Parts: sequence; C-alpha cells; structure tokens
Amino acid sequence: MCDSHTEKSVIRSEKLNLYYGENHALKDVSLDIPAHRISALIGPSGCGKSTFLKTLNRMNDLVPGVRIEGQVLYKGQDIYGKDVDVTGLRKEIGMVFQKANPFPMSIYDNIAYGPRTHGIRSRARLDEIVERSLRDAAIWDEVKDRLNKSALGLSGGQQQRICIARALAVEPQVLLMDESTSALDPISTSKIEELAMELKNRYTVIMVTHNMQQALRISDYTAFFLLGELVEFGDTQTIFSRPAHKRTEAYITGRFG
Amino acid sequence: MAGLREAGERSPVGEAAVAPALKRARALRALREAGEKAMNALFLLCGLVAVAFVLIISVYLIISGIPAIRQVGFANFFFGTDWDPANKSGNPAYGILPMILTSIYGTAGAIVIGVPIGFLMAVFLSKVARPGPAAVIREVVDLLAGIPSVVYGLVGMMVLVPGIRQLFGLPAGDSLLAAVIVLAVMILPSIISVSETALDAVPKEYEEASLALGATELETYFRVSAPAAKSGIAAAVVLGVGRAIGEAMAILMVAGNVANLPGLLKSVKFLTTAIAGEMSYAGGLHRQALFSIGLVLFLFIMLINALLRLFLKKSGKEGN
Amino acid sequence: MEEKNLSISRGLSSRRRAYDLGMRALLYSSALLVCALLVLLMGYILFKGIPHLSWQFLSSEESVIKGIEGILPALINTLYVVIATLIIVLPLGVGSAIYLTEYAANKKLVSAIEFATETLSGMPSIIFALVGVMVFCQFMSLGTSLLAGAFSLVMMTLPTIIRTTQESLKTVPQSYREGSLALGGGKWHMVRTVVLPSSVDGIVTGCILAVGRIVGESAVLMFTAGMGMRLAKYGDTPVEFFESLFDSSGATLTVALYNYAKERADFNSAFAVAVVLLVIAFLINIAAKLTGKKLKKR
Repeated sequence: MCDSHTEKSVIRSEKLNLYYGENHALKDVSLDIPAHRISALIGPSGCGKSTFLKTLNRMNDLVPGVRIEGQVLYKGQDIYGKDVDVTGLRKEIGMVFQKANPFPMSIYDNIAYGPRTHGIRSRARLDEIVERSLRDAAIWDEVKDRLNKSALGLSGGQQQRICIARALAVEPQVLLMDESTSALDPISTSKIEELAMELKNRYTVIMVTHNMQQALRISDYTAFFLLGELVEFGDTQTIFSRPAHKRTEAYITGRFG
Repeated sequence: MAGLREAGERSPVGEAAVAPALKRARALRALREAGEKAMNALFLLCGLVAVAFVLIISVYLIISGIPAIRQVGFANFFFGTDWDPANKSGNPAYGILPMILTSIYGTAGAIVIGVPIGFLMAVFLSKVARPGPAAVIREVVDLLAGIPSVVYGLVGMMVLVPGIRQLFGLPAGDSLLAAVIVLAVMILPSIISVSETALDAVPKEYEEASLALGATELETYFRVSAPAAKSGIAAAVVLGVGRAIGEAMAILMVAGNVANLPGLLKSVKFLTTAIAGEMSYAGGLHRQALFSIGLVLFLFIMLINALLRLFLKKSGKEGN
Repeated sequence: MEEKNLSISRGLSSRRRAYDLGMRALLYSSALLVCALLVLLMGYILFKGIPHLSWQFLSSEESVIKGIEGILPALINTLYVVIATLIIVLPLGVGSAIYLTEYAANKKLVSAIEFATETLSGMPSIIFALVGVMVFCQFMSLGTSLLAGAFSLVMMTLPTIIRTTQESLKTVPQSYREGSLALGGGKWHMVRTVVLPSSVDGIVTGCILAVGRIVGESAVLMFTAGMGMRLAKYGDTPVEFFESLFDSSGATLTVALYNYAKERADFNSAFAVAVVLLVIAFLINIAAKLTGKKLKKR
C-alpha cells in the first residue's frame, strides 16, 4: 500500500477496532508507522484520528465503556497484551495534548515530575535532565532564569513547549502530538513545527492535525482517516499530489472537511 | 397608561377632556412608585439585618468584654495561669492562658487526626470510588454532619471517657484526649466535603498529563491533583479549625472542665467550655470575665474567617 | 526484531508498587473507618436508647410522684422554638436574598451584606448564646424564654435561609424577569409573580436545613430558652401561642439530653432522647436531599 514498508517500523496496528459503547469509532485500522519520521494523521473532525492516536499510549483506557479489538504492536509487542505495564508503555510513548496543560507548579517541577515519578531522586541528575529537556524543546534560553517560577505564567506557545519538554524528560521513543498547535498563534506554531522536525532525528513523531498545510510542511508520511476508517497511508508528497483514493483527494482539495 | 399620556401630549386641544383621566393615571403612577420605593426600602432593611446582627455581636462583645480585662489587668488576664473565680479565701484569679492553650492544643489535635482522614476520604470519594459507593458514603458523611453535638458528647462520655480511664489507668477519663477525639469526628464532615469540592474542580487535563508521563493513578492523585487543589484543601483545614475552636457542648461533656494547663490526659477547660459551663451560675466579675473570654473567642474566629475567605478566593481562582 | 520489549512489560519498580498499594490501602481504610464510625455510633445509640424509648416517655411529663420520665415538654419546646424561629427568620432571610439578587445596585453594600452573612455562618453557637443572653434576655427584657431562644437562633439560621434562597433565585432565567418588566408591571410585581414563586424550592430547602440546625442546637438554647423540664402553659390560638412564647421557658430535646446526661446522670433517658434526635436528623437529611434534588434539576 505504501513505501513505508521499506522503513523500520516502530508501531504497527493490526485490524484495530475500537468501540465507545455502541459507537464503532475505529474500523479495522492497520497501520505501520516508521521510526524517526513524522507521521501526520489527518481527516475531518470525528474521523477517529485522535482516538487512534490515544490507542497508541492507551490513554483510551481512561474512557469508561471503551472496548478495543485487534492489536497494536510496539517494537513487536502487543501493548494490549497481558504482561504489559501501562506506566512503562506511557514512559516509552509520550504525549503532548491539544491544549497546553502544564501542572500548576514551577517550570522545574513540571519537567522533573516524570523523572521523579520514575524514581530519579538525585538533584544533580534532575538538574541535568531538566536542562537537556528544555534545550531539546527549544525553550531553555527563554526560561533558564525563571525555573522556579510557575509554569502557568508563561505564554500559550511557551507552555506548549514546556509540555513537550516535560514529555521528553522521561526519554520516550515516540512522541504523540494531538493537535498540539491548534490553540496557538502562527509564530508559536512555526516554532513547534521546527521543533518537531528537529525531534524526528531522535524520536518518532506522530501528530494529529487539522491543518493540512502543516501536514504537508513537516510530515514525512500522512494517514487519512474518514468515519473511523484508514483510507490511505503513504508518503506525504504522494498523498497530497497523487492520492490513490477519491475521498482523500476530495478532502485535501477542501471539498469537505 | 402610556397610551393615555401620549394622547395627552400629542393633542393639547383635547387636554381639558382628558384631564381627569390623566390626573387619575398620574396619581396611580405616583402611588405605584411610592409602593415600589417602599418595597425597595423594605428589602433593603431585610438585607441589612445580617449586617446589624454582626454589628450587635461585635459591639456587645467588645462593650461587655473589655471591663473585666481592664479590671483584671491585660497581662494577668491573658498570661495568668490560674483560673479560680470562686476562690474561697477571697483571692479569685482570672488568668485564661490555660483555656487559650487548651483551645489551641485541642484544635490542633483534632486537625492532626481529622485532616488526614478527611483528606484521604475526599480523595477516595472524588477520584477512586465508583459513583454508587461514593453516593452511599456521601450520605454517611451527611448523616455524621447532622448528628447534634450533645449526642457526640453523650457517646464520648459513655465510651471514650471510660475507655481512656481504663487504658491509661487514670482516676478519671475526662481529658483533653477525649475532647480531641470527639472534635476530630465532628470536624470530619466539613473537611471531607470542602476538600472533595476542591479535588473535583481540578482540571482533568492535569491528571491526563501525569498519566501520559507514566504515573499511576494514585501517584497522579497525590502528586498532581492534591497539590493543584491545595487552596481548597487549606480552606477545608481552616474551616475545621473554626468548627473545632467554636465547639462547646460536646467537649463540655468529656473534657472534665478543670482549668489545668493542657496535657493530653489531664482534665481541661476550653475557652468555649468555660463559658458554657460557668455562665449559668457566674455573677459579678466572674460573669464579666466570661464575656471577655467570649470576646477572645470572637477575635480568634474573625481571624479564622479572614483566612478562610482568603483560601476560598484563591481556590476559586485555581478552579478556573 | 520480535524479541520482547523489556521496558513496557517490566512493571512498576518495587518502590512504586509499594507506594501504590500503600496509598490505596490508606484510601480504602479511611473510607472504611468513617463508615464504621457511623455504623458503630448509630448502632450504639440505638442499642442503648431504644429499650428506654416508650410511648409514655414521649407523651408524658416527668413526675417524681408517679416515678416516670417523659420528654413531652422538650418535644413541645423544640417544636415551639422551631416554629417561632422560622416565622421570624423566613421573611428576613428571603427578603434579604431578594434584595441581594433583585434590588441591590450598590456593590459595597452587597459585599458588606455578604461579608456579614459569611461571618454569621462561621460564628460558633456559644457566641450566639452570649449575645442572646445580653441582647434578648437582658436588654430586650425577654428573660429566659423560648422567644429569646428563637431570636438568638434567628441570628444563627439567617445565613442558611439567605444562601439557599439566593441559590434558587439565581436559577430563575433572566428572560422571565425581563418578560415581566416589559409588561410594565414594575419591579415588586415582577418579584411577586415571577421571582418568588420560582424560589419556593430554595426556601423550603433552607427551612429544612434551618430546622436541622435548630433541633441540633444546644448551647444557645440552654442559656436563652432555659433548662426546665416541666410542661409550660401553651395556648390554643395563635395569639396565645405568642403570648406563651414570652413567658414560658424550658429545655428543648438537646438541652434535655444534656440535663439527663450531665446533671442527673440518667443515661437511659439521655440515650432515649439521643435516639429521638437521630431519627429527626435522619428525616431532615432525607427531606433536604429530596428538595435539594428538585432544586438541582432546574
């Protein structure tokens, strides 16, 4: 179906079905996500792209009445399998949310929260992790003098980069971004886009976006979802220039959405 | 009525004919406006009743509380360790330090026991319990809140006091410890419900972020949700302090009512129980001194109310 | 490639597992503790009190000659105080709430009233007792009487009535008010026809909560309404009712309980009164839930 097979895959879903009570929200989604690339999930609202994203770190487990069939393999292991520890999984697969949600604590404590949770106590280690994460999230220079101030005092774009830094601090392999720029102004958005392109060298980035220009600008692969089905997945350039399906073409040319 | 007026204004020619009707309408309107004004004033008066009550309370307590302090002497009154108004050799002493300390210790003890239990209970209700059991437990808490304080006092008298006497081998079990336990139980419902409200108001996004970092649910509740609700929880603690320091009847029944400097197993007298226990027979300076104690208690409570207001305001902001 | 991935199946470190387990145990045990507390408390009181509860106990006056205990006077006194307090506090509280939500334009005045209401609701009852003695018993020369008790309790219950009425007034849609005003009826007309009828639920809830506080109150009534355990004279007509409020004094249920327990060491009667108080508290709880639910639905 696409040339992603030639790449090393990190997450693969196989015939994934998800139900919210009676509502069949994901239908037979099989998708192979290549490592160290940015994959964008696009589609109209309610198409299941966000739901799919949240199956990858099992955040859907929190929704009452949710039922999942099929498999999601992370490095070959089914993450819905019996011997999987959800906390370990979520450490490996980090998430940045639509709305910046830093904790009501200092910037330092926000970043150190994850490592502390996972058992790192040494102050020196934590200092090092905080600085590295903030640098990786391209916000170190802006906040290095105010690490002990509340994270809620920052601008929306800065808060979102703090959230990215917080996610990076637990050293994930994969970063899920759920419309993480949709609430931001264009300048903050482009900063985060640049950041995402930097990050793909070390992480696998999977992002849900409403913004097709964004998908075209920064993603290597694009998956198009419609009504809970994966319509098409492939190289972003190909999807946007020569989509294989009429429905994809209709969506990206703006005929519905 | 409006139509009438317009007609009158538009055609001055017909004024003579319309005049009586117009007059009547005007009179009616004036009457109605007077009525509206009267109602407005009446409601304003009702509104001012609460203010009047607070003024009356403050003024009366100050007026009747100050004379005894003056007569006994500020230092003797507040720092004197002897409370002996009915001294037989004619040397009455009016030092309220034992009562102040007892009230503080007793309240602190009730907080030390009641707050952790109340807080854990609130976390349980707000985050862990399923809706069914949570509703049942809320009913239980409401029932505890509705039990009159004399009933708590009675049970304390019959269960706690003999229990403490036996456990510690004392001649009498009436003690600060018994009072502390009774107070802890009595403040539980308010601590639980105020903390639960605060925990419920913590945005889901904080908890999701924590879970997505690989924290467990309990780690999330205690390390993210609880700190995020800290002002509301502080308000719960302050409310508990206010309840504990103001309670009189229940602890009057279990504390023994001797004005000792506080000790956990000693018979003690609180600010409130001094008033409640001695008011019925006190006269002269003794009675005035009880009013002074009332004034001291009032000042404590006003301070606590101010703190409570502060925390509730802060917590309201956090909720947004 | 298909080897097991250790990092996602390793599970929690032993330290984190211990934390998780420990905290969960704490949460459940605190819940268990509070529930057990209520069950034991209730069970103990019922166990000790029910055997001494009889129709005679409820329906007669105590008599040393006949050798019987009876709490009829306390029941009647409680009822008197409840009714008298409500009659006074309701118009004041409802009027105050109406002023705050419908009339008040002056922000400073509103915050003064709200401050006063909060202050009253945080005031311990022993303070109301002291002030009640000074103001109503002495200054207004009502003496130790049910009426002085009722006045003192008005101070205590006023915030409850104001708050619940205000809450229900806030649920009245603004469009109703505008609709009524647009018809040219004037503000009082609007309040009478639109606002008041829809605040009935709130007022009823307030009354129930106030009754709960009055029935449970002891310190205030002990000093302002008296501790007598004998039947006072009560009138048959409303006028006589009020007249008797002035000159009769006596213990309500809670004060009677205190008397039995602390002054007479008659614990059997004390527990029997406690059972009566528990039953009332239980009924009030249910009633408040029912009306409160109705209020929430709107």
